[in-house]
Amino acid sequence: MPAVPFERIDANAPKTARRDPILVVDDIVKRFETPDGVLTAVEHVSLSVAPGEFVGVIGPSGCGKSTLFNVIGGLLDGYEGTVRVAGERVRGPHPAVGMIFQEESTFPWRNVIDNVAFPLEIAGLPKAERYERARRFVKLVGLDGFERRYPAELSGGMRQRVSMARTLAAQPKILLMDEPFAALDEQTRLLLGDKVLQIQQQLKQTTLLITHNITEAVQLSDRIVVMTYRPGKVKRVVEISLPRPRSSEIVSSEAFGRYVAQIWSDLREEASRGLDDEESRKLREADTR
Amino acid sequence: MTAALANNRYLPPALGIGSLIAFVALVELLIRVGLINRFIVPMPSDIIAAFPRVIVEEHVLSRFLLTAAEAFSASILVTVFGVAGGVMLYRYQLLRRATETWVAAIAAAPLVLMYPLYLVIFGRSALTIVMMGFTAGLAPVILKTLEGLSATRRVLINVGRSFNLTPSQQFWKILFPAALPTIFVGLRLGLIFALINIVGVEFLINFGGLGQLINELAERYDLAGTYAAICFVILVSICVFILTERLERWLRPVD
Repeated sequence: MPAVPFERIDANAPKTARRDPILVVDDIVKRFETPDGVLTAVEHVSLSVAPGEFVGVIGPSGCGKSTLFNVIGGLLDGYEGTVRVAGERVRGPHPAVGMIFQEESTFPWRNVIDNVAFPLEIAGLPKAERYERARRFVKLVGLDGFERRYPAELSGGMRQRVSMARTLAAQPKILLMDEPFAALDEQTRLLLGDKVLQIQQQLKQTTLLITHNITEAVQLSDRIVVMTYRPGKVKRVVEISLPRPRSSEIVSSEAFGRYVAQIWSDLREEASRGLDDEESRKLREADTR
Repeated sequence: MTAALANNRYLPPALGIGSLIAFVALVELLIRVGLINRFIVPMPSDIIAAFPRVIVEEHVLSRFLLTAAEAFSASILVTVFGVAGGVMLYRYQLLRRATETWVAAIAAAPLVLMYPLYLVIFGRSALTIVMMGFTAGLAPVILKTLEGLSATRRVLINVGRSFNLTPSQQFWKILFPAALPTIFVGLRLGLIFALINIVGVEFLINFGGLGQLINELAERYDLAGTYAAICFVILVSICVFILTERLERWLRPVD
């Protein structure tokens, strides 16, 4: 494998929007009221994503990744700052944003094709057209032949691909993914990463991936935003200059290893803080009992 | 091996029918040898022999149809008002907090004791019987509908939100189908309560249907005829359950 350039870029000097960004997250602050007082989940987070770009957001548990996902997806309000999609301010779920959730989210009462056709049914497309389009997306995620199967008859990885096809069928301008493969084993995760890369290659889909998995982030992303532990802030932005098209074979390259090591060195301190925090919280809970 | 046997198309129903026949034969045997008093439990062969008499002389088919019609009417009322009640309690937190406890209390109350009041309100008619069945079956359906809707996984609701569903679409496309299995548990419970009360009130007020027939036959000490009539009550129950199951399969083909 040829040597791949390795580059590291600070958040303060981002090499972000080479084109006009389609997604702009500007100075987001989100606080939650908790029994222990006010918790700042994300603090002054800004990032932008260009059309066709694949951006990964990585951080330890408790860094506000999922909060950021819900804010961008319009599922959470009561935050400071703005989110803009194609220049339009997001004030709720935006039709241009498609979301893939961490938890299993297929509808168990619908078979694969009906799950995938769901957004098209909501959009009022005629039956023949929506099934024709749904079939294309079922094929895209590699589930052709399983159209009439129900989620209960599928594996976890297959169900997550159904969710992906369902979201993609709505043809969103931006795809938001919140740790979509978190519940899967490492090998399935790598193989599904290949599937995501193929789809990305085919559709040129603008994607924001939230994850805590470094390998997954480096395998898939053009750029990785590393977040700090609570409150979640942007610690660093790392450009991933690995060549495309990529596949899971890239994990064995030297450059890949260097990116993983670099991101881990940034994350390690944050993850340690998270772990310490968690341990002292458990101790406090044990004391109060 | 066990799974293969269970998946056989004919074996489970054959085993079920075979067990029933074996049970009936055992009861017949125990009565014939004197271990069960034949003046308390009639011989199954006598019950079978009583069927033609009950059908021809006691007009059991018209009574069966009357009880079935009352059960069907009560089922429709229980389903419509029970599910609507559960949805209301799910939608309005205040209403839920104000009423959930006493709805649960009503589900456990012996509502059949209210029949004199219903007789005063609705008269000695089929309407009283239907309303008693409806009242008895309502609370479990409300509670199970509420439970099913409340237990809908958050992520499914968020999927709906991410696709910009209207509140009506959110209900009909996500909440309702997600809650259906639990709603049907409530419906089955509610319909059992309704049927028990329908036959019970027919028996108590001596008005029409199979309940009245059972009362009359029991007063004539026609034990075989009484048990034959009870078999028709079981038939009503089977019809209601088959209808419920078909409806559930149609609404939600696979779980």
